Amino acid sequence: MYEIVAREELAPVTKLLEIRAPAVARKAQAGQFVIVRVHEEGERIPLTIADYDRERGTITLVFQEVGKTTMHLGTKQVGECLASFTGPLGLPSEIERYGTVLCVGGGVGIAPIYPIARALREAGNTVLSIIGARSKDLLFWEEKMRAVSDELIVCTDDGSYGRKALVTIPLKEMLEGGRSIDRIWAIGPAIMMKFCALTTQPFGVPLIVSLNSIMVDGTGMCGACRVEVGGQTRFVCVDGPEFDGHQVDWDQLLARQRIYLEQEKQALELWQHGHACGH
Amino acid sequence: MSETKSISQQERVKIPRQKMPTQEASVRVRNFNEVALGYPEETAMREAARCLQCKRPKCVEGCPVEVDIPAFIERLREADLPGAVQSLKKDNNLPAICGRVCPQETQCEALCVLGKKGEPVAIGRLERYVADWDLTHPSPPPELPPPSGKKVAVIGSGPAGLTCAGDLARYGHQVTIFESLHAPGGVLIYGIPEFRLPKHIVHAEVNYVRSLGVEIRLNEVIGKTYTLDELLNEQGYDAIFLGTGAGLPMFMHIPGENYNGVYSANEFLTRVNLMKAYLFPNWDTPVKVGRKVAVVGAGNVAMDASRCALRLGADEVHIVYRRSREEVPARAEEVHHAEEEGIIFDFLTNPVEIYGDEKGWVRGMRCIRMKLGEPDASGRRRPLPIENSEFDMDVDMVIMALGTRPNPLVFADSGGLERTRHGTVVADERTGRTTKDRVWAGGDIVTGAATVISAMGAGKRAAADIDRFLRGEEAPVSRAEAAIRAGAS
Ligand SMILES: Cc1cc2nc3c(=O)[nH]c(=O)nc-3n(C[C@H](O)[C@H](O)[C@H](O)COP(=O)(O)OP(=O)(O)OC[C@H]3O[C@@H](n4cnc5c(N)ncnc54)[C@H](O)[C@@H]3O)c2cc1C
Ligand SMILES: Cc1cc2nc3c(=O)[nH]c(=O)nc-3n(C[C@H](O)[C@H](O)[C@H](O)COP(=O)(O)OP(=O)(O)OC[C@H]3O[C@@H](n4cnc5c(N)ncnc54)[C@H](O)[C@@H]3O)c2cc1C
Ligand code: SF4
Ligand code: SF4
Ligand code: FES
Repeated sequence: MYEIVAREELAPVTKLLEIRAPAVARKAQAGQFVIVRVHEEGERIPLTIADYDRERGTITLVFQEVGKTTMHLGTKQVGECLASFTGPLGLPSEIERYGTVLCVGGGVGIAPIYPIARALREAGNTVLSIIGARSKDLLFWEEKMRAVSDELIVCTDDGSYGRKALVTIPLKEMLEGGRSIDRIWAIGPAIMMKFCALTTQPFGVPLIVSLNSIMVDGTGMCGACRVEVGGQTRFVCVDGPEFDGHQVDWDQLLARQRIYLEQEKQALELWQHGHACGH
Repeated sequence: MSETKSISQQERVKIPRQKMPTQEASVRVRNFNEVALGYPEETAMREAARCLQCKRPKCVEGCPVEVDIPAFIERLREADLPGAVQSLKKDNNLPAICGRVCPQETQCEALCVLGKKGEPVAIGRLERYVADWDLTHPSPPPELPPPSGKKVAVIGSGPAGLTCAGDLARYGHQVTIFESLHAPGGVLIYGIPEFRLPKHIVHAEVNYVRSLGVEIRLNEVIGKTYTLDELLNEQGYDAIFLGTGAGLPMFMHIPGENYNGVYSANEFLTRVNLMKAYLFPNWDTPVKVGRKVAVVGAGNVAMDASRCALRLGADEVHIVYRRSREEVPARAEEVHHAEEEGIIFDFLTNPVEIYGDEKGWVRGMRCIRMKLGEPDASGRRRPLPIENSEFDMDVDMVIMALGTRPNPLVFADSGGLERTRHGTVVADERTGRTTKDRVWAGGDIVTGAATVISAMGAGKRAAADIDRFLRGEEAPVSRAEAAIRAGAS
């Protein structure tokens, strides 16, 4: 069940896994996610579908090792299996012919923005892209993004590669430069998406973001993922994950992401200790 | 035992209802082990001796699946446990579960003749005794008829789905259960806590259903992984039974409901029971528990959430309920156990706002006092707010246990399935037929949140009707006809 068929290290803390899950691959679309459980005692975590191959029946995930579960997942090798793999969940991105679109991917958000950029390009849009990361060694998929973009800007926070800038800087310049852009997608850490929303707001260009709230079931039955959008409580797993970025209560999302900080630290320490002792 | 057999009716009625041994309240609030310990043999026999073996047993009328209560009790009295099991399982596939969680005081025991003057026979406890004996003395699986060649998809592995699947397999059909979670059992596994229904019992019942040849496909969400129409038209299923329950949580839509520390009961219980957060960090999923917890609502769900919070270390747990003690919908035994454990009940009280601190965490809850007015449509007296009676509760965690609705995910891209304005599926009560061809439904998805045994009853009736349909004994009803039937029932 859910066998890992390929593995790649995109960056020291960013891994790619290709997993056999024909039923999910059959239906997967850009913008959707899966819920993964690494082992029997494991947590259910959401990861975006970074790519799919219907013929081979596989799904590609790209994730950053930030805590216990993602680190554990990062140790999994080709031939090993995951305890569970559920999807495709959430609503697909609304792909249409908008004209000129801009795709912004920050950090591990480059992975989920890729299938969206590709689908937008296939739908006949002119695709402009910005990708960015803290430093060069965290960047990945530059060539893949270039292949589906009409223009690509690459930046790093520390200037170790491409332009030295946060993604919001070229974003702002493009909008100020009077480029006519019909729709923007921005995916990355919540704080980056929040600043993309603040940057784009004055220009009145629609902004779509993919929210990464804490989830349990991913099917609408727990409410863990709820966030206010436009003054209304929405469940990210079934009403999203994509929303109008200008309507999201970002501070609420950021606060809700921190609910389990203490426990996450404890779990991580236990894992690292266990690992150091060779368990 | 033979002495109890030969005693007279007068002597029988003199035997008092036998108490259930339980873990001491002060001990059990620190663990997740089962609270009610089950009758020892001697106690079970004494309780069984109380039954008058009525010629026209009223108790049976109170049971939604009409368990032949006097028959199984008589076998038990004769120390014929295999016979008692057989008699029980004829009508009830999941007796070890029902014996523990049925609201007996409003069902079978409510109608027992002994209840008129004194206390009714403890039917549920006897059922549990017999079923637990069965779990430790497994019998060979029943013989199955030759395969019919028909395929049925059962959506959801709660009591409705498990019962329907088990019966269909015994009729000779090939059955696949699709379950969206990673473990089968529905509410029995994600909702009801270990201390009330040990999970090994649910696993045993699920394995029994598997032993009948039923395949359970986990992690497949119908409406997402496959749609109903795809199952019928592409995947080769001849019929579908929908048993997806009522899993969508409700909130009050009051200010402050999204602060950290406000949980739906579903999330809290799922983390604790399905994900075993009470074993964190040995299991990975965390849960937060406050110092002072308010649980809003007073159903079984609220009792379970409050008792879990206590076991996870809360100093003080309040049940906040807008009606009075008389209207409490939870099972009597759970309310009693909750009170013994020190849960505080605040009746005629309703939250109006939740306060948070600057970091986004709950720091208090404003409530208003209520009084009861005239009865509403449901026959219960309507709670009305008392003006200017607001007061603040010092709490740092709030759990909303306000009831649930069916999850609409399963209906995606599948036309023709009529639903009510409450989101439940329109289905004929006797057969489970819906307005969509070849689709049946039963359990909480039809009734809204109800009981384990009523969901099982619906699964059973639907299985019988699906079997009739698959054998070609009856043509599928048209949508219109089904709608009329459903309306008439
Ligand atoms: C729809 C969606 C898609 C996502 N796609 C990706 C992706 O493609 N690649 C990727 O690297 N990350 C993705 N994430 C984030 C990813 O789920 C978290 O990084 C992961 O759960 C962290 O788990 P952990 O145990 O390793 O870390 P932890 O130490 O447990 O947590 C680190 C942080 O991750 C978040 N988190 C923790 N538990 C959960 C949970 N159950 N659900 C969601 N977030 C949680 C919290 O904000 C937490 O502070 C996505 C999140 C969502 C909601
Ligand atoms: C906390 C709690 C305590 C309770 N206590 C009692 C009690 O003491 N006594 C009593 O009699 N009743 C009790 N009840 C009520 C009782 O549990 C329910 O009435 C009963 O479980 C309903 O059974 P069901 O089979 O209809 O649905 P459920 O048990 O809800 O099962 C539905 C299943 O379908 C799955 N599902 C949902 N959507 C999909 C989909 N799209 N695709 C695939 N699978 C899907 C769900 O994951 C779930 O496993 C309690 C309920 C709760 C929540
Ligand atoms: S199944 Fe429930 S209602 Fe029926 S006899 Fe047993 S305990 Fe009573
Ligand atoms: S009504 Fe009471 S006494 Fe009579 S058969 Fe049923 S359980 Fe026994
Ligand atoms: S993750 Fe449970 S409702 Fe969204």
